[in-house]
Amino acid sequence: MTLVRDAGVVLRTYRLGEADRIVVLLTEGHGKVRAVAKGVRRTSSKWGARLEPLSHVALLLWQGRSDLAVVNQAEVLDHFRAVREDLERVADGFAMLEAADQLAQESHADPGLYTMLVGALRALADTRNDARMIVPSFFVKALAHEGAGPVLDACARCAKPAGSVDLVAFDITEGGALCTACRRGRPVSAAALEVLRQILGGALGRVLSAPRPACADEVAALATEAMEGHLDRRLRAVHATSGLTW
Amino acid sequence: MYTGSLRALIDELGRLPGIGPKSAQRIAFYILKIPSEDARRLADSIVAVKDRTTLCEQCFNVAESGNLCDVCADDRRDAHVVCVVEDPRDIVAVERTQQFRGRYHVLHGALNPLEGIGPDQLRVRELLGRIDAEEITETILCTNPNLEGEATAMYLARLLTPLGIAVTRIASGLPVGGDLEYADELTLGRAIEGRRAVVP
Repeated sequence: MTLVRDAGVVLRTYRLGEADRIVVLLTEGHGKVRAVAKGVRRTSSKWGARLEPLSHVALLLWQGRSDLAVVNQAEVLDHFRAVREDLERVADGFAMLEAADQLAQESHADPGLYTMLVGALRALADTRNDARMIVPSFFVKALAHEGAGPVLDACARCAKPAGSVDLVAFDITEGGALCTACRRGRPVSAAALEVLRQILGGALGRVLSAPRPACADEVAALATEAMEGHLDRRLRAVHATSGLTW
Repeated sequence: MYTGSLRALIDELGRLPGIGPKSAQRIAFYILKIPSEDARRLADSIVAVKDRTTLCEQCFNVAESGNLCDVCADDRRDAHVVCVVEDPRDIVAVERTQQFRGRYHVLHGALNPLEGIGPDQLRVRELLGRIDAEEITETILCTNPNLEGEATAMYLARLLTPLGIAVTRIASGLPVGGDLEYADELTLGRAIEGRRAVVP
């Protein structure tokens, strides 16, 4: 039974009993953590707003014998208020939280994923950025971090480099882009592949600050397909919000 | 270990929210001890609530004996102002304030993308259908002040504002009787943002 100090992003919450919530957090030092936040559903609670999904918080947790920790203290590091107050950005935030929730493992620290999520939420809260490209960027970078990034510079099947063959299709079960001879899955444009290469090749800042590319929808669809293929499940947040935004 | 009917009662009680096996056993033994007429009254009220209770066909609040709930059937209520809430229990909370004399619309949930709940799972289409039919001039978005409730309010505002009606959101601020030093940053920030002039 110990007191644990950590920082984390609230991924989701579940109602518990009369006024409590179970808070699922992606923490920096302890991976995915589930903790009970007592009394947070009461309007008089001082925790309530701090432990909403999307909040980046510094935490003091009491870890007893149970799998569930108890939140002792929480201080806000960042609310990402610009995200909360914009329907498109909040929908994007939900999509990233769901993907992070699926990728993170309990009690297995993954500072890389944590840093990536915090960075993506900061980028989403920066209204100078084109929010449309942030979720696909987060998806493909998180996949690369997991060791499951799509192959973009060669045919994922016959391994012929992009210079010697045209990459015309994309199939995540094959590992990424495919040449004309190996084509299967969805067709892909050269522009979309180039944007994906920039995202993974260290030019993310340029992608986010540039005007929205014509292939933005295609890139978003490819990234979602790649993430869903890796997770082997549909991302509910992406599909539930697709009708209300963009 | 227990007889068939007692076992069945414990099993059924154990399926209720917040009731664990131990509590189910305690309640079952309490029911066993009370007079038969008390137990029958309890059983009758459970059957009655399932048989007679429906949803109001106008606002989707809980209704009984007829197609409309008590609020929609009350002619003295202002039919042009509608308060949009997530759950029928929220109506009880608003009614307790005695500050609102309009009617309601119950969405039966809030947008929750993580649970796969989008607009199609809520009573949004029915709300839009009421605007012209009931000559509604103002909607008060009274969803919970959490991320899902705020997203729902933003979505509804986007749909309702082009219809030319007033769309308002309940204020966010500090609870009466609370200490300022314990307020969280988001709530206090909104309270300062939504400050109003003090009438001398």
